[in-house]
Amino acid sequence: MRVTFTVNGRRHEADDVWEGESLLYVLRERMGLPGSKNACEQGECGSCTVRLDGEPVCACLVAAGQVEGREVVTVEGLAEYARERDGSEGRGSTGDLAPVQQAFIDAGAVQCGFCTPGLLVAADELIERNPQPTDADIREALSGNLCRCTGYEKIMDAVRLAAARADDSAPEVV
Amino acid sequence: MEFLRPASWEEALAAKAEHPSAVPIAGGTDVMVEINFDHRRPTHLMDLNRVHELHEWEIGDETVRLGASVPYSKIIDELAHELPGLALASHTVGSPQIRNRGSVGGNLGAASPAGDSHPALLAAGAEVEAESVRGTRFIPVEDFYTGVKRNALAEDELIKRVHIKKADGPQQFSKVGTRNAMVIAVCAFGIALHPETRTVRAGIGSAAPTPLRARTAEDFLGAALEEGGLWDSGRTIPPSVAREFAELCSGACNPIDDVRGSAAYRRRAVGVMARRTLGWVWESYRATGNGRTTEGGAQCA
Amino acid sequence: MAPTTGPGRTPTQLDQGADTKGGVGESPLRPDGTLKVTGEFAYSSDMWHEDMLWGCTLRSPHAHAEIVSVDISEALEQPGVHAVLTYDDLPTEMKNYGLEIKDTPVLAHGRVRHHGEPVALVAADHPETARRAAAKIKVDYRELPVVHDEESALAKDAPLLHPDRDDDHARHVPHPNVVHRQPIVRGDAGAAARRADVIVTGEYEVGMQDQAFLGPESGLAVPAEDGGVDLYIATQWLHSDLRQIAPVLGLPEEKVRMTLSGVGGAFGGREDLSMQIHACLLALVTGKPVKIVYNRFESFFGHVHRHPAKLWYEHGATRDGKITHMKCRIVLDGGAYASASPAVVGNAASLSVGPYVVDDVEIEALALYTNNPPCGAMRGFGAVQACFAYEAQMDKLAAELGMDPVELRRRNAMSQGTLLPTGQAVDSPAPVAELLRRVKAMPLPLEAQWETVGGEPDVRALPGGLSNTTHGEGVVRGVGYAVGIKNVGFSEGFDDYSTARVRLEVVGGEPVAMVHTAMAEVGQGGITVHAQIARTELGVAQVTIHPADTQVGSAGSTSASRQTYVTGGAVQHVCRLVREQVLERGRERFGTYHPAWASAELLLEGGKVVTDGGEVLASLVDVLGDEPVEAEDEWRHRPTEAFDLKTGQGFGHVQYSFAAHRAVVEVDTELGLVKVVELACAQDVGKAMNPQAVEGQIQGGTVQGLGLAVMEEIVVDARAKVRNPSFTDYLIPTILDTPTIPVDVLELADEHAPYGLRGAGEAPTLSSTPAVLAAVRAATGRALPRVPVRPEHIVEV
Repeated sequence: MRVTFTVNGRRHEADDVWEGESLLYVLRERMGLPGSKNACEQGECGSCTVRLDGEPVCACLVAAGQVEGREVVTVEGLAEYARERDGSEGRGSTGDLAPVQQAFIDAGAVQCGFCTPGLLVAADELIERNPQPTDADIREALSGNLCRCTGYEKIMDAVRLAAARADDSAPEVV
Repeated sequence: MEFLRPASWEEALAAKAEHPSAVPIAGGTDVMVEINFDHRRPTHLMDLNRVHELHEWEIGDETVRLGASVPYSKIIDELAHELPGLALASHTVGSPQIRNRGSVGGNLGAASPAGDSHPALLAAGAEVEAESVRGTRFIPVEDFYTGVKRNALAEDELIKRVHIKKADGPQQFSKVGTRNAMVIAVCAFGIALHPETRTVRAGIGSAAPTPLRARTAEDFLGAALEEGGLWDSGRTIPPSVAREFAELCSGACNPIDDVRGSAAYRRRAVGVMARRTLGWVWESYRATGNGRTTEGGAQCA
Repeated sequence: MAPTTGPGRTPTQLDQGADTKGGVGESPLRPDGTLKVTGEFAYSSDMWHEDMLWGCTLRSPHAHAEIVSVDISEALEQPGVHAVLTYDDLPTEMKNYGLEIKDTPVLAHGRVRHHGEPVALVAADHPETARRAAAKIKVDYRELPVVHDEESALAKDAPLLHPDRDDDHARHVPHPNVVHRQPIVRGDAGAAARRADVIVTGEYEVGMQDQAFLGPESGLAVPAEDGGVDLYIATQWLHSDLRQIAPVLGLPEEKVRMTLSGVGGAFGGREDLSMQIHACLLALVTGKPVKIVYNRFESFFGHVHRHPAKLWYEHGATRDGKITHMKCRIVLDGGAYASASPAVVGNAASLSVGPYVVDDVEIEALALYTNNPPCGAMRGFGAVQACFAYEAQMDKLAAELGMDPVELRRRNAMSQGTLLPTGQAVDSPAPVAELLRRVKAMPLPLEAQWETVGGEPDVRALPGGLSNTTHGEGVVRGVGYAVGIKNVGFSEGFDDYSTARVRLEVVGGEPVAMVHTAMAEVGQGGITVHAQIARTELGVAQVTIHPADTQVGSAGSTSASRQTYVTGGAVQHVCRLVREQVLERGRERFGTYHPAWASAELLLEGGKVVTDGGEVLASLVDVLGDEPVEAEDEWRHRPTEAFDLKTGQGFGHVQYSFAAHRAVVEVDTELGLVKVVELACAQDVGKAMNPQAVEGQIQGGTVQGLGLAVMEEIVVDARAKVRNPSFTDYLIPTILDTPTIPVDVLELADEHAPYGLRGAGEAPTLSSTPAVLAAVRAATGRALPRVPVRPEHIVEV
């Protein structure tokens, strides 16, 4: 079957999609967007987290046909997505990366990096929803994203850092 | 495999009548796992995401009419007042990502004994609105589960809504898993006080081939509360009563040993959860007179 | 040579630009960081090629069976299928592979020895086509009785896993189902026992842990016009793979060109081959690029696991807490194939006494062949199992003596100069007592952190977490300590070396160093450290990291905590060769202009040649001109020697790494659920080459130890079948299971090692597990001799 949907603001089309294919497979193997990762394919690791019409979901558990006509944001489009949301003066924005991406690099939250794309999408959505999360809020929001390398401490640091930078650079009066 | 994309409920029913083996898929959180791991190759996948009414809910006088595809995250955010037990149960489902997709309709369709919503539905009181081109039936949730991963749906039927009694008293939900998040239940327990009818209902998950109500325990506790005049006095439940309730809940289980836990542990844990959650709902009842709280006392919304 | 069209995505050079700072001891950013946060980093599962096929593996549903027949005809007829391969299609006489013992069939022949063993391969134009075709391969199995524990493996009539063994260990093992056995005898444990005022014994068990790296086994094999193959792969050791792959393919090693693709974690699980040979075979047969990606289910069958172990220990001590002797017997289950079992046995035996002074010991460690899943390398490698047991023993001994458990450990702590049971002296700092002192001195975390101002508990801070099982009822806090010792680098006489190639040249008016090694960057940050070393040694800002491949010599494995030591050592060594060449060229070109050129004490700093007094002699740009300077060499650490097969004596290890943990847990004593509140760690790293990265290693290792303590286990039933091959039922810690992990890093230099550094990756995985268990025991009063501890064990039902 053919599926057509928007990824990171661009219309994508895929043909000859097998009906059992997931959104993850179509992104990775048919649309040239392998940033979303295939670590478990059972919704237990969050490595494939994307925004589907704004909601963070596991792309491995969405059938490709279900995405017809909908909007997807992947890690490849996260910087652009954050820029449009936050404005170019951006809260904690640094160059080509979303604030949360820069914070992950700076805090040492990236080791093998396989969990990173999903964590970034989830963490960015958390800060969007809750600009000053407590540690417990961060842990809860990221509890669907497994990381095997870092022990999560530097991921906590990264999200705190991204939130703090956003806060520091926020305008005094909204 | 064929992919069906009905645009309306009527189209969905017609498609299901034409292709009884079609597997409905909404959030995909169960079905896609089975497809990804090659456990299932249905002839048809039927996407229900375009059927708008399945994503909607209505709050009536007596019940919440919950569309089958309403994701758990919406129940947590929007329905914690009316359905506190189900909101708590929803909060224990998978991960935030799963809660954004998974739904009570899916939990019922899969009918896994470990489904998180079942004990809360059993405790609150609920009916499943099943529909086919032949008509509509309302199945009490107790009768809906017929076996391990089997339910009362006919092959041409789809779940449209679940009618859940609005809370008239405190409700609680507890689940044991060997991880502090994103875990399948080893066993689970839901309890609801119903001050209007002066009854207590208790639902048990993952401790028998199907989710079930602990009816003997419910009857015992109802009688004990009544005899002791506790509904009116709001006095503390005597420890012996709580203990007996817990034991009867344990006794209601018919668990197995599996990779997630032993039968003996499940029985034990259900008793502990029964005793504790009873304590919580009763404290809440005492504190508020008609103790309805938003998330049943747990601060984790 | 190379294929006419390359893959659509390939690993790339990593550059960080001119404004990059950060030499040894600093924490510069990872060179692959930006690619990894933007999704552009090319992992092995991201490889893609025009017209590529998908490979699929048919695996045995049985743990032990005779293969009566295999019929592939129906599978071959499926539209879209390009090849179906079985044992009969293997091109050469070499049908097996293996790290040390070549006992692992590429595809099963006549017999399968474990659940999930590969039997046949399919290549098709879509993964689903391949799966459906694989399902149509008819294999007629006749099930055989299984060997699944020591008793069944060593029974008189036990089926032999490998009846025709001719490996080096076959001659000295007591039974053909024993892969390797290593006794160690030192002093006179029997006589020493008579001096003991107290003796404690214990039987302990460690479950089968999985590495559970997130990036699945995967790669792309591209057939080349020269009849060879280009393989893009995630592995821990390219050249070890190469030496196993090429003979099976019947190709000379230079025709199997391997490039390391992005590796999504490893932890030992990629030391053995998985899909490498399979993908190459399919590519060579079909003439098309073939990609294989395991899903999580298959991944659990696709790599070896940590050896489950049963351990028996006896310790004695005098009233004042001095250990008199230790006896132990460690039985490791190696599963169906040898993998790294012999080396794991050597580690378990030689480190079985822990970081303590014990002069009189009787030790026996062995690994079994069984029909259970093959076990091999995992972070901690034999030392993890022993540490769990000896640390439990220390607590038991302390309790018996009525002594504080940290004080008991302090009184017996080894130090520099202590002799190991192997007779080898520890010849670098061994600050065991100091590490314990430091973790004990850290402030304890606040009590009852679930309590909130509003009075309603925050369940996220309680055992059970979001599952809402307690609001404080039944919750008891416990505190526990543990310390461990891990060897660094390859031991027992292995020729452990690494190769580096470094080029210094002027690019765009700036001096740039290019570092080329075959080191597998698996996430640990070795490439960051290589760039730091190059900056420090060559005085440049810009360093380019060349993709790791087999066009340069071996870097050895990314395992055994060895890469910063050995490949880091190689990079340092070769940078110094480059520096000498640069200075030589400088002397030739400019020597006559300044007398200081004759001095031996010249340095490269800030892009310039300077004297040790800081006087600038020339810029690197001027010295180098248009001509790059390049050097390549191997570098080795001190040689080690094999352990004596009877006494276990020998200079077996090159270096040791020590870490101590204090665990603070809260246990729901009625439900048996555990919340780890804090896991404080103190570790000596010799030299923190990159403080941020080494903290990350310590915290990551700590959490893997936590996982083994309370949740992680591959459950194998009595028929040797795996019961939980999924992330639904093999649980690893989430961020809500993970505590704060304060880290105290010591830097006591090892004079034998580059920069004084000490391999750091594994030690934290050792002591974390027993510390958590000690804390749970303290909270519950239960003996808990097994990990992972399950709720059933805590509540004793």
